[in-house]
Amino acid sequence: MYDLKISDVSKKFGDVNALRDINLDVEENELFGVIGPDGSGKTTLFRIAATLLVQDTGKVKLSGLDNIKDYKKIREIIGYMPGRFSLYPDLTVEENLKFYATVFGTTVKENYDIIKDVYLHLEPFKKRRAGKLSGGMKQKLALCCALVHKPKFLILDEPTTGVDPVSRNEFWEILRNLKSIGMTVIVSTPYMDEAKLCDRVTLMQNGCILSVQTPAEIIEGFGKKIFSIRTDALTDTLKFLNEYKYTENVFLYGDVIHYIDIRKEIKVDILTQYLRTNELKNITIKEIEPSVEDCFLTLMREK
Amino acid sequence: MEDVFVIDVNKLTKKFGAFTAVDSISFKVKKGEIFGFIGANGAGKTTAIKMLCGILIPTSGDAVVSGFDVYKQSEKIKKNIGYMSQKFSLYEDLTVRENIKFYAGIYGLKSGVIKEKTEFILDSLRITEAGNRLIKSLPLGWKQKLAFSIASIHNPKIVFLDEPTGGVDPLTRRQFWKMIQSASENGITLFVTTHYMDEAEYCNRISMMVDGRIAALDSPMNLKEKIKADTMQQVFIKIASQRVILN
Repeated sequence: MYDLKISDVSKKFGDVNALRDINLDVEENELFGVIGPDGSGKTTLFRIAATLLVQDTGKVKLSGLDNIKDYKKIREIIGYMPGRFSLYPDLTVEENLKFYATVFGTTVKENYDIIKDVYLHLEPFKKRRAGKLSGGMKQKLALCCALVHKPKFLILDEPTTGVDPVSRNEFWEILRNLKSIGMTVIVSTPYMDEAKLCDRVTLMQNGCILSVQTPAEIIEGFGKKIFSIRTDALTDTLKFLNEYKYTENVFLYGDVIHYIDIRKEIKVDILTQYLRTNELKNITIKEIEPSVEDCFLTLMREK
Repeated sequence: MEDVFVIDVNKLTKKFGAFTAVDSISFKVKKGEIFGFIGANGAGKTTAIKMLCGILIPTSGDAVVSGFDVYKQSEKIKKNIGYMSQKFSLYEDLTVRENIKFYAGIYGLKSGVIKEKTEFILDSLRITEAGNRLIKSLPLGWKQKLAFSIASIHNPKIVFLDEPTGGVDPLTRRQFWKMIQSASENGITLFVTTHYMDEAEYCNRISMMVDGRIAALDSPMNLKEKIKADTMQQVFIKIASQRVILN
């Protein structure tokens, strides 16, 4: 069973509570996402799971092994990709990969089948120094190096930060493939939209876990209606909606306004009526599906 | 009202040896506009921005920024624009007040003005009590808002924001964009790069670079209509992966 059980884990750095009483279960063969902004505790949690940091209190079991007592055994079965690029910039793509394989007492050839999908993207650049790769390529190389010893459990700390949307898509496809060949993957990201690509997601903020849910449950749990509104005068519309007594939240979103109403049952007509009485014209109102970010903001406000 | 253009770029090109990083791009940015500049890693965004900020000489083509020529008047450009990036903004080992004083000094503001500006910034960000704290002790969201205020301390007509919000929580990101919107309402032009496609939705117009060229340039709404996509995320992926040229 390649699973992860985190029970009552806390960690302080000086006066800062990096993790507060965290409980989390990642199941075998799950693609599990940890979502939260910088400073929410994601990296500390991952470093503890990867046996690079020891918690102040609580227990961490990875595949039944204790992260403090059995750290050597854990290191053999995990692949860890840190958030900061930590390969050797002066070595080429090929050399970095070979180096990591050797450290784990294996060869690139022996485990080529597992890195093949990722390495194919990199092969044209194999003689290039790692420091000269683009952001997306660096992350793919780092993933290759984390995979080269055929780990059962992958711990990936913000692999897609600073990476453009196309490379991010490719990266998530690779993660789905790794899951399909039986790996357990725990991955963190500051991009809320990536939540929907995971089996289950935890939202973190200030060292706490706000929720653990499937992406569908997050959206369903929003429980309020959100509307996209367009009129001939957006600034006035914002003002009127800010004054409206049923407003939960209203903000400019690109060239439209997103409006959240406190009422459970609310029809578009009623909103149109309200805006019309304020002499706004060309009103278009559509109900839209909340994004994970909308849900996160609501959870943040509630806690 | 006639449009006033504060950035005017014509066939701007930059080659590094045999490699063309920016390939004959042309566009104009209006005064007070929030202009989004997006593209895949390696598409040429950073090279283009460096030329517009006067820190990299183009190979060919023309660009006028805030009325100054990028070839002959690059020093004047530097004095008249603001620049903020996520990677480099404030000195971690200096306090909030020291950072403000340092940057204001670099831009040649007089000490009376610096004092006034310092109080104004601390007050408008509601961080007066944190004035003597070291930057490294502040939450990321505060740092970013402060960095933006400091980038505008010399009243520039244009502020370049290079991935200003990486890693920030969504609440702070929204507050940050409110600051950008109010700067735009005050007539400041904002030139923004970002990997967050929801932020691209906040821009008045978007220019998207693919392989050194501008593949698309329009309002988010028009781009979505042209590409038949619901979100800017889909627009980005379609244009970048299928190499669609709309421009």
